[in-house]
Formats: sequence, structure tokens, C-alpha cells
Amino acid sequence: MSPPAGQTPDVADGQGRPALETTELTKRYPTTVALAGLTMRVERGEVFGFLGPNGAGKTTAVKLLLGLARPTSGSGRLLGAPLGDRLARQRIGYLPELFRYQPWLRAHEVLALHCELAGLERARRPAEIETALATVGLTDRAGDLVGGFSKGMQQRLGLGVALLGRPEIVFLDEPTSALDPVGRVNVRSIIAAARDRGTTVFLNSHLLTEVERVCDRVVIVDRGRVVAQGRMDELLGEPAVRIRATGIESAYSTLASFGPLTRDGDWLTIRPLDPDRVPEVVDAIMAAGGRIFAVDPTRTSLEERFLDLFSGDQPPKPDPSSQPSSDSRPS
Amino acid sequence: MQAALTLARLTIREAARRKLIRVLAVLSLVSVALTGLGVSALVSSARDEGAPELLIQIGVSQVLIFCAFMFSFILAMTAGFLAAPAIASDIESGVAQAILARPIRRADLVVGRWLGLAVVISAYAIGSGLLEIGVVTLIAGVGPPLPHVAVAFLAFESLIMLTLGLLLSTRFSAIAGGAITVVAFGLTWIGGVISGLAGALGATGLAALIDAARILLPTDALWRGVVYGLEPPLATLIESGEFGSVASANPFFATEPPPTIIVIGAVVWLAIVIGLAIWSLERREI
Repeated sequence: MSPPAGQTPDVADGQGRPALETTELTKRYPTTVALAGLTMRVERGEVFGFLGPNGAGKTTAVKLLLGLARPTSGSGRLLGAPLGDRLARQRIGYLPELFRYQPWLRAHEVLALHCELAGLERARRPAEIETALATVGLTDRAGDLVGGFSKGMQQRLGLGVALLGRPEIVFLDEPTSALDPVGRVNVRSIIAAARDRGTTVFLNSHLLTEVERVCDRVVIVDRGRVVAQGRMDELLGEPAVRIRATGIESAYSTLASFGPLTRDGDWLTIRPLDPDRVPEVVDAIMAAGGRIFAVDPTRTSLEERFLDLFSGDQPPKPDPSSQPSSDSRPS
Repeated sequence: MQAALTLARLTIREAARRKLIRVLAVLSLVSVALTGLGVSALVSSARDEGAPELLIQIGVSQVLIFCAFMFSFILAMTAGFLAAPAIASDIESGVAQAILARPIRRADLVVGRWLGLAVVISAYAIGSGLLEIGVVTLIAGVGPPLPHVAVAFLAFESLIMLTLGLLLSTRFSAIAGGAITVVAFGLTWIGGVISGLAGALGATGLAALIDAARILLPTDALWRGVVYGLEPPLATLIESGEFGSVASANPFFATEPPPTIIVIGAVVWLAIVIGLAIWSLERREI
């Protein structure tokens, strides 16, 4: 389903190294296996989606990548340094999933604290803080105590903190879980802007439509294993068109020439179908005297793909391309 | 080290913003005012009845020692309850995740928290202690012989409790850490009394055992330094007499300052426990 990740060309990286790579990263606790051999590679400058159902090991993986927890076995490199390397953390940003900043600090003070801890040059700090506040829409609330912030505002502040100092890679763990629809759209554009500046984005999210709209590539994990990975267009499968029409019986043979047909009541689906050929299909139905009520060019949504993977009683089989024997291993 | 100083400043700012410093200052003023009034009433009624000055001096010193004892308990509680949540609540709230993902060492978090809390608790111990002694001296006309020694040992004692609380904070919830700290303080104090009695009654084995246990938390040994600093020379004479060995079991008497080796031992204890806290946090999954 997915091409070996190793074949993806390196993106805009003078060193030709990925932003992140892991080999058989495993985390066992006394009673559970949180991560069972995670092998993946994140290229520089891409928005990478890290998906999976609750308890799949996503947050554990992020903590291992940041050095907040230690792997039981396996290895990885972040920005060319071994996982947990202190100096590599100078070049990253992180928005934790569950967090509450110090309620007695003002928003700009939280940002100033993280500028100091990140070791940003003193002269750069005011501009960085101003940019972060503007990016996440908190300029007017800069002087307010964080204790008075809603969850959504805290999350936006967290996003501002994560983006301070233009990190090379930013880890966002459920960045939109507390946001309203407008906030989510804003976060999508913030992520896109970060990518345009060359920042690699590692997005851990349950919100599949978010991921679908913003990610270049995704990995889907379950019970600590990769079950699917690839570029979005590969994962989402072939394009198709769904048409709601009546009186099309006489056009059947013509329509079948576009591709395999399926019928469900008034709805007709042709899959696969090049999106450019949709007008031809419409013309063919009209020519045969059919009446068209709706035309919906479509793909399998990420949600459908996700449900396909997780709907059965059996756990999904691990993606063969994530196994160490395959050529998906970092080269 | 820069990160540790940043976190120390953050800790002091937290104490100020959460009104802790203001509350401690007001509490100090209230307790000094109340004990000042009490001492003033005692001294004037004793003088009215023509009590000899020497007796008044001993009486005032005993009041001061009791006040210091209460204050040392309050200090220990304050230090324990400040330190017990210092790291535990950062981990619970997720603040630790955000901070430790920065290019800092875990040791920076431990040392920074320790430094910040040490400044707050020492300032409270020294400020409040000197104010109390000053006011009582002013009212009674006599003061303890070595007020600076007494206050220094009080502050040192609170640093021990603070450090224990911080070590527990790397592994236990704030509530559990706070409870353990207070119970440990009380047990050590009682241990000091029993060890003295055991020594006086010739039960040297028991005394040695308790003394060994007291090394685990040297607060009681330091408390003897507070008493020594507050006691007038006359009381020292009594204790060096016939009943001296029994008197040494009394936690409100001290014939001599804690031996230098005990003080050095307490400093080493601080370094070891801070090291343990760093070791413990480094091994903790955040």
C-alpha cells in the first residue's frame, strides 16, 4: 500500500538526513507493551501525521522521541543526534497533549520563560514573543494571567510556545483538541505556514479530517505497531465520482467504459476515475436522457481508511513496510 | 547552570505571585506581636513581684526557646509543604514535559527548584527569627547570647526539610510527600528525646541505634544548635552539674553546640539528598 519510505527523496536538507528516524523503537512496561518496534522516517520540511486509536502508543512514542522517556530497546535519531540528546532539543518545539501552564504567569511571561530555557539570544526574544503571540492570536491577551485562559486559549499559547525560535522540527500532540472550528482552521494555516518556513511538523492527532487536510505523509499505529504508512494520496486510494441520477439505465454500457460501476439506489459510483473526466461522465448521462441531482468527486476519506483498518475484531496486521526486513528502514 | 538560575527565579516569582511571601510576612508579624505582648506581660508582672533579674533572664530564654521550637515546627511544615509539590505538581500539570523538552538537564530543574525555595524559606527563617528575638530582647531588656547562631541553625533545619521534601517530590504526589516529610520530622525529634534518655539511663545500644537513625534526618541535631544559641550561660551551668546527663535528654536544653562533625555531616547530607533527587528525576519517565 505504501512505498518504502526510504525512497522518498530528501527535502531541502543540506545534510541529506531525515529530521527523524527510528529503528525498532520499543517501550515495554511491566504489564503492557506501549510501543512494539516502531520503524519510521520523517523527512525534513514535511508535515507528518502520526495516527492511531486511543492507547496505540502515540504519546509514548512522542515522549521517547523527545527523551522524556527511555526506550526499552531500539534506537532513533532526531535532527541527526541520538534520541534524548540535550543540544538537539535546542532546535525543536513541543506542544504536550495534556498540560496546563503556570496559572500565575502572564502569557508573555510563559513565552519569555521558554525563550530563556531554549537558550534564544536575548536580543531576539522580544521579537520572537511578539511573533508567537500574533501567530496564535493572543496579542491582546499577552498581559493576562494564564489562569484565566480557556482551554482553547491555553492550547493556542502552547502552540505559540512550541513555535518559538523557529524550530527545525515541532511536535504537536493533539494541537486542536480544545479548539472550536475557527481555531482549528487557524491551526491548519499556522501548520502550513510553519512548513513553508521549512519547519518539519510532527502532528499527533485523532482528528482525521485535520490530518487529511494538512499532512503530507502519515503513519498509522495500533498497539505499538505501524499498520499503514505512506503519502496521503497513496493512503486515501484512487479517486472516484459519486453521482445521484435517475433514468440512466440506457447509459450503462457507456458509463461502464469509464471504469467499474457500483450502484446503490439512485447513487452511482465509478471507481477509479480521473477527476478530469467527471464532465465527460456528466455529458454521457445527459446525452442518454438521465437527470442528475448531485455530483461528488471523491476519494476514500482518511476516516474510512482508518475505520477499514480498525473495524474488525482482529487487530490490523502490521504494515510489512514497517518491518525491519523491508527496505523501508532508514538508509 | 543558567537554566537552574532561570528556574530558581521562576520559583521565587511563584512564591510572590501566589501570595506566599506576603502570607509568611503577615504571619511573622502577628506571631511576633503576640509573643511580644506575652513576654512584656510576664516580665512586668515578674518585676512587680520583685523577682531577681537572673530568674527573669532564664524565664525569658525559656519562653524564647519554646517559641523557637514552635517556629521550627512551622518552618519544617512550610518547607515540607513548599517542596513536596515543587516537582510533583509540575509533572502532574504537564509543565515538566514542556520544560524538560527544552535543552536543559533534569538536574537544572532540581537545583533551580531547590535554590528558589531555599531563598524563600531561609529569608522567612532568618527574617522572622531575628525579628522575634529582637522584639523580645527589646521588651525584656535581656537577650539570648548567640541569636545569630540560633537563627542560622533554624534556617539550616528548614533547608534539611526542604531538601527531603524535594527528593520525595520526584517520586511521590504532593500530598504523600508532604505527609512523609512532617512525620519524618516529628519522629526524628522524638528520636532525639528517647536517645538522650536511653544514654542517660545507660541503654547505650538503644541510644546508638537511634543516633544512627537520626543521621538519616539530621534536623534534631541542628535543633540542639538553636537551643544552644538561645540559652543563657546559667542554664548551661545547671546542665553541666549533677543532673547534666538527664538534662541532655531534654530537647529544650543544650550544654554545647552540635559538634562540627554533625554540622559538616548535615552539609554532606544536603549534597547527597540533592544528588539523590537529581538521580531519581533522571530515571523518572515524565
